Amino acid sequence: MNATRRITGLTAALVSVTLVDACHKTPPAQPAPAVAPAAGPNADSARRAQEEAARRAAEDAARRRAADSAAAAAAAARDAASAAEALRTALTAMVHFDYDQSDLRPEDRAILDAKVPILTANPTVVIQVAGHTDERGSDEYNLALGQRRASSVKAYLVQHGIADSRIQTISYGEERPMAQGTDESAYQQNRRAEFVITGGPQTLRKP
Amino acid sequence: MKVFVRGAGLTLVAGLALTAGAARAALAQDTTFRGITLIGNYDPTRDKISVAVLAVSGAFGDSLRAIVQRDLDFSDRFTILPVEGGDADAARTGGAGSGLNYSIFKQLNAAAVIQMTSMPTGIHVALHDVAKGQVVNVGDFALPATGLTREWRMAVHRTSDEIARWMTGQRGMAATRIAYIRGSGKAAAIRIIDSDGAGEITVPTDENGISPAWHPSGTMLAYSTYGDVGSRIVLFDLATANSRTLTKAPINVQYITPNFTPDGTSILYARSGENGSDIYAVGLSGNDTPRRLTVGRGAENASPTSSPDGRRIVYVGNAEGSPQLYVMDADGTDARRLTEYDFSDKNYRSDPDWSPDGRLIAYQEKIGPNFQIRTIRATGGAPKQLTSEGVNEQPSWAPDSRHLVFTSTRSGVRQLWVLDTETFRMRQLTTSAGARLGAWSARLTQ
Repeated sequence: MNATRRITGLTAALVSVTLVDACHKTPPAQPAPAVAPAAGPNADSARRAQEEAARRAAEDAARRRAADSAAAAAAAARDAASAAEALRTALTAMVHFDYDQSDLRPEDRAILDAKVPILTANPTVVIQVAGHTDERGSDEYNLALGQRRASSVKAYLVQHGIADSRIQTISYGEERPMAQGTDESAYQQNRRAEFVITGGPQTLRKP
Repeated sequence: MKVFVRGAGLTLVAGLALTAGAARAALAQDTTFRGITLIGNYDPTRDKISVAVLAVSGAFGDSLRAIVQRDLDFSDRFTILPVEGGDADAARTGGAGSGLNYSIFKQLNAAAVIQMTSMPTGIHVALHDVAKGQVVNVGDFALPATGLTREWRMAVHRTSDEIARWMTGQRGMAATRIAYIRGSGKAAAIRIIDSDGAGEITVPTDENGISPAWHPSGTMLAYSTYGDVGSRIVLFDLATANSRTLTKAPINVQYITPNFTPDGTSILYARSGENGSDIYAVGLSGNDTPRRLTVGRGAENASPTSSPDGRRIVYVGNAEGSPQLYVMDADGTDARRLTEYDFSDKNYRSDPDWSPDGRLIAYQEKIGPNFQIRTIRATGGAPKQLTSEGVNEQPSWAPDSRHLVFTSTRSGVRQLWVLDTETFRMRQLTTSAGARLGAWSARLTQ
């Protein structure tokens, strides 16, 4: 259940990135109205009036263009920030494990797969993977199990082309539970690997 | 007042040993019983000796008597007879300092009477053999001038342990402390508590400290750190309160479960990294090159603990599936699984501790949903289950190889409890919630 929810969340994040991309393009400026040549006895005054109208129309158009462009720039900045945030969310999304296991489940491999292009597009980013366990095993042996989980995650990312030196592994064993409680729901949330971005630029680049 | 005496023939005859020196000499020849000789089928693991501890005059006399009574009681080898101060005076045949009226103590079924007298620098102790009607052992014990301090209490505990040795040939284990972890997360701290639950202190632990272990001398603790603060093995000197990092793990590696070797020169620990966890040994000098003892090939080997002769090591490993106990030689050769294991079962066995007498290994095993404490002979065989109520974990032997401290949820939250493995008597040691990972010290000489 949790895994399904996680995937849905991730998909939503990716969809929002795509929508944001569509909004980046500045709308085309309105063309100025065409001015028709004047004729007749009042041609001069009529021409002047037309010229004045054309000038005002051009000025209005320029003002509209400026306003549109400023709004577009602000929107683009907002969109870039939220896109970067979405990338950060994807890069730090947790993976979970079965009891006493460090094997990666298919849904968790998908979560790691989403991190690979982000890490590739941001080659100076360094991450820390922290392995956690539920409380059911030995307090001390769980430190080893947490380390194994972090190492399992790292091995997967390295297999997919991320440099070994960019991923640091640590273990918290059962010492930092995400959920309190002594039921399977709490245990499931606690058997996890967490990701922290420890180095690289503040704003992540899109893959 | 009803007095509980086990067995039919607990009649005392004359003590063989009139001095502590003679008692020690006799101890070398016979390990069953010494100091006071009992006639009949006395079984030191089941039968308790009935003891009366007389009131003590002078400053802190009441505390001194109460501590000695409790120490003897907690050793689970004595029944303490409730004798009021007035009874003791009435028991005397004459004025102060005269002999005891042994017939009264015979009626109480007391086998021994302990008489303590305050002295300028400590206490004078006389052990009376009731059946024989005479003093069979005496000793003077120094006490710190300031009463009720941690040091004073420990000196009284040492006195109790010597009195226990006079009566049974085996020293008590009251003069000991238990190091443990209290709390979790960033609030976790190493604490040290006396064996009777008094005198608790907090060790200034580095962040994320876990797995405290005693140096055999009782003067130093080792522990490991984990997580984002970096993993290290830290040595804490109890006399100076100085910490020093013995060794710092490289990146992507955690050092876990440190334990001293019985000679006190090295630490055994597990190095947990990208190729599983393996057991290493490193000297205490700080520039010793660690020696690798296991080759796990991706498995997790951890929680090493030495046999008391230092020749073998028991540890937990999962090379065959779920965590099991293995025993190997101290150089890492000849590893053999100690616990019986069917490939299909999911038994989880961990946290071994080798008894100081070398006979037994205590550990935790999943029985149903919960861990329970078990012991198994160091040579293998059928295990013995010692607990069944709540979750019971992390056993650590007392120096008498008879009592265990362990973590239990039987009161609702994790606390340390002490179990007598002979009588199954339990007592709660800690009262602050979240106590765990208890480690029982050797007998402390300071």
